[in-house]
Amino acid sequence: MYVNGKEELLLQKISLLEYLEQNGYQPLYVAVEKNGSIVPRAEYTSTFLEQTDTLEIVQFVGGG
Amino acid sequence: MMIPTKEAMQQCWDGRFPLRLFQILQSSSVSIAGLGGLGSHIAVMLARSGIGKLHLVDFDCVDMSNLNRQAYDIGHIGQQKTEALSQILFKINPYIEIVTDTLRVTAENAPKLFSASSIVCEAFDQPEQKAMLVNTLLEKCPHTTIVSGNGMAGYGSANTIQTKKFHERLYICGDQKTDIQWGIGLMAPRVCVCAGHQANQVISILLEGANEEIDK
Repeated sequence: MYVNGKEELLLQKISLLEYLEQNGYQPLYVAVEKNGSIVPRAEYTSTFLEQTDTLEIVQFVGGG
Repeated sequence: MMIPTKEAMQQCWDGRFPLRLFQILQSSSVSIAGLGGLGSHIAVMLARSGIGKLHLVDFDCVDMSNLNRQAYDIGHIGQQKTEALSQILFKINPYIEIVTDTLRVTAENAPKLFSASSIVCEAFDQPEQKAMLVNTLLEKCPHTTIVSGNGMAGYGSANTIQTKKFHERLYICGDQKTDIQWGIGLMAPRVCVCAGHQANQVISILLEGANEEIDK
């Protein structure tokens, strides 16, 4: 699986929400693109990741 | 104060741009969500660039603590930001069209507020609000492109602030890292660099393809 351009090994089948939580993301602060499409927020728990997926994750920080 | 005629101002602009480019900018409309350090400067730059119509959205009033990085001055303290910024913009271009919404943007009202906008600048300061607006627009406003500001705190190198195309309809400007939570503050220079990236990306989107047309 590729995440923000870096290759990662997916050890077990997990949901996008679990992936975010296990990798230090705050789910309420992110936008996620999976294989070219934006994943709607309501689908983070029902979206399961595959080794062939390409993810782009942006995490927003404070300031403006 | 002598206000120049519309024709005089138009002539002045025409001299700087190929006419076709100026006409595109003048017939364009851009929404700005959040009128703080990013949004107020983005609006000023877009008004100076000849954008014909701006849609300004913010619930807040100008506060003394805003003056270190936002486009306002002491005369604006206590005023609604939508009102104060409109005054500033009309002094730059008296013929600009401005539409304001003085309210707090939510996931519920965002689709209605922005569905008619082809470009929205996300210029909030809280990460949760930024993510809420970006996700809502990506999910519910299929004709809207978002130019978002993300990471411009402190006084580190300005060269880390960049524009990246994250998705077909989402550009992210910023270093994507520095956070007000780090206690490094927000200062005018890096905030303005980021606002400049956002305004530049807006103009670049609007004029995309126009140069080829001119060459023909």
